[in-house]
This record gives sequence, structure tokens and C-alpha cells, in this order.
Amino acid sequence: MTDKIAIVDYGMGNLRSVANGLAEVGAMSQLVAAGADLMAYDKIILPGVGAFSQAMENLHGRELVGPLNDCVQAGKQVLGICLGMQLMCKQSFEDGIHQGLGWFDADVIEFPKTENLKVPHMGWNSVHFEKDHGVISSIETDNDVYFVHSYFVDCKSPQDILGTASHGQKFTAMLARENITGMQFHPEKSQQVGLKMLENFVNDAGF
Amino acid sequence: MLKTRLIAVLIVLEGQVVQSVRFKHTNVIHYDPIHAIEAFNKWAVDEIVVLNVDRNPGGREAFAEKVSHISRICFVPLSVGGWITDEGYADLLLRSGADKLVVNSAVHDLPDLVQALSKRYGKQCVVASMDVMRGGSNIPTVRVDRGRIDTGSNALDWAGRAVDLGAGEILFNSIDHDGARRGYDVDTLKTIARAVDIPVIAFGGVLTWDHLMGGLDAGADAVAVANQFHYTEQSTKKAKAFLARKNIIVRAEGRFGD
Repeated sequence: MTDKIAIVDYGMGNLRSVANGLAEVGAMSQLVAAGADLMAYDKIILPGVGAFSQAMENLHGRELVGPLNDCVQAGKQVLGICLGMQLMCKQSFEDGIHQGLGWFDADVIEFPKTENLKVPHMGWNSVHFEKDHGVISSIETDNDVYFVHSYFVDCKSPQDILGTASHGQKFTAMLARENITGMQFHPEKSQQVGLKMLENFVNDAGF
Repeated sequence: MLKTRLIAVLIVLEGQVVQSVRFKHTNVIHYDPIHAIEAFNKWAVDEIVVLNVDRNPGGREAFAEKVSHISRICFVPLSVGGWITDEGYADLLLRSGADKLVVNSAVHDLPDLVQALSKRYGKQCVVASMDVMRGGSNIPTVRVDRGRIDTGSNALDWAGRAVDLGAGEILFNSIDHDGARRGYDVDTLKTIARAVDIPVIAFGGVLTWDHLMGGLDAGADAVAVANQFHYTEQSTKKAKAFLARKNIIVRAEGRFGD
């Protein structure tokens, strides 16, 4: 476990919780704000809470988009959490249309406003695994994890969908392709199940 | 589907977890909240709320420091509140590891602040806590400043205002029921739960697990308990098992294979 883990610090959300979760599973991590420093790390976590457009603006403004793409190209394990997973998608329809990092062929769309469906989707809900993956190793399918979001990922490539959940409709809760993984829920706030996912991410050499 | 949440509340006074009886705090339950957090994290709780009930703001930096200690071992959502009177302090609490901010007096005194926090961090980050008390007329009105000031506002109006200001949840408490061990104020709770479309958390007065059912039957989305959860071993686990037997869909503990 000598992998160096970077948590991308781009001014969006509670990075402390992610670092706490990693520490709990025995991993040290660093908050990294400068794109030029990212290449020095083995694994990258892109967290995030807040608005999509602001997040992309921050990533561009802090010149992090190029270095993040370089990390993916270089085969580094990259994990997006919550908004971080949404940023990995092609585009979001949150307050207009905004381009994302485009790593997954997916759109980010709003939960439809209907009677009896509370938005944001907030609380513990089960995640159903759609395929095998190192990050979910030894975790059974349909465990509960903690979600907080008003927009969800609609993935156009079924083979990239690692997990799904339901809130009024089925949506993509986890994405995975090669060295890129995304989690819509908060593993760092999802008790043993979430911590196990972080531990798998930390320990697995390659998915 | 979403699970019904079971929430443990820690009432903190000068760094210690205290018992709350009609908003009076005399007995210390834990000398350090970290012990309670440790236990609840093992006992299948879904969420933790920590409230600083100090009657003056002098200890709020020390409280934020406590939050940063407990957040290190808290792997469920953590909501904190008490003396959030400016954005700087809200930011400090979030940077200390809190996931949500609990506002109470601010809904009355500083509506602009509540609105600004909701805009900046999102609705899901703002929990409006409301403390009602029945006066001589037996009509509950909302009190602020740790129950000291009667706003004269009725519960329904107040809840509506909290929603308009951008709160994402309501933590409903009754000063008459707090520590009184006769269950939640279900009548008031019912009127609020019917009227707002954000989650309502029932709080104040639980002695038996049946009282939790009273809150859910009144329309609450989640149930919260303070004193009673601290007094028995495995309390939150037992409460959850009780709810499951009553066919309430609760979060199961993590299941792992090979």
C-alpha cells in the first residue's frame, strides 16, 4: 500500500470526509490543487458536492482538465465521487447545458418532478451491481449506500454501467471502464460498505 | 427505494454530551462525544446530529474543533448546529467534516443567511430545526435561541418559511416533549409533515421504540432520538430491529461475501 493517492482540491465540497474514509482503511492521501502535481500520484480521487457548471468552471480555471486527462491516458486509477462521477460524463443539463470531461458516453439529467418523489434523492438506497469489478470485490449486491443528488447519470454505454439504483426510475449509480470508476453515492459516508469500496480502490493494483 | 432513517442526536454543552429535559441540561452522559460517535457508528445508525446548546457563543470555535475530531471516525452523514450566525462559521463547520448545517434561530433572526447557505452549499446541506412549545392556549408556537424566545409564529407558518428559505429538511422538536418520555408531539408533527414536501425528522420525547412508530405514523420521514439512545447498549441496533419487525424498510447492515 505504498500507492500515492491524490484528492483533487478544486474548491467543491467536503474533501475532509474522503480523506477521513481513506485514513480509516489505512491509506494516506494528499489534497492536490495544482494540476502539474497530479502526475506524481498513482491514484486520483475526484470528489465534489455542488453545481456541475461551477465545478467545471473551477476545473478549467485551475487548469486541472488537461492534467486529469493526462492521468487517465497514463493509466492511473481515477475515482469520481458524487459530482465527481457526473463530471466524468459528456454533458450535464443542470441549469443549461454544460460540457463535462467526456470520459463516459453519458448525460447528467434531472429527476423528473412527480408526486411522491422527493428530490434531492437523499438517504440510504441499495445499489445493484451489473458486472464484476475490483472496486466491489467481496461486497454483495444490493447493499445500502448513502446518496445525495438531484441530477442523475444516464449512461449510453451499457457495458460501462457498474451499478444501478432506483428512485422513481432506475439510474446509473456506478460507472466503470478500464482505469476510470465513478460512484454517485458517498462511499466515505456509507459505513462498512463504502469503506470497503475505498479499501478495494486503495489496494487494487488495476481493475 | 429509500430506507427510513434512524438518527442519533448528541446534545453537546461545553464539549460534553448532556441529557436534555425540556431544554434543561444538567446530567452529563459522555464526557467526550467521540465515545458516543464510536458506539453509534458500530450500532447501525444511519445519521448523526450534533447540536451545541451552549447559551453563549464563546465556545463555538471549541465546538468546531470537536466536530473535526468526531468527523474522523464518523462514516455516516454528520449534521451539526448551534451558533451558526455567519457564513464563515458555517464554512468552518463544513471544513471540520460536517455534511449538513442545522439552523434554528437563524431562520427567524437571519433569514438571508439561511438563504445564502442553501444557495452556496445546496438545499441538502441545510437542516432547519424547529422547537415548538405549547403555551397556555395549548397552541404550539416556535421558539428560538435554545427555546428562550417565543417567536409567536405557529409551526406551520414557520415550516413554510424554512422551506422558502431553501432548507432541505426539517428537524422537528417539541420542548414540552423533550426528555418527557411520552413520545413525539405527533399532532404538531402531523400538520407539518402533511404541509411540506421536504423530509421531516421527528425528534423529542422517545422512551420506547413504539414511540418511533408514532413519529412515522404521523408522517415523519426519519426518526431521531437523543437521551434514550445513549442509555442502552446496542440501542440503535435494537431500535432498527424493532422497526424492521413493524415492516418499516430500514437500512440493513453491510453484507459481504468472499
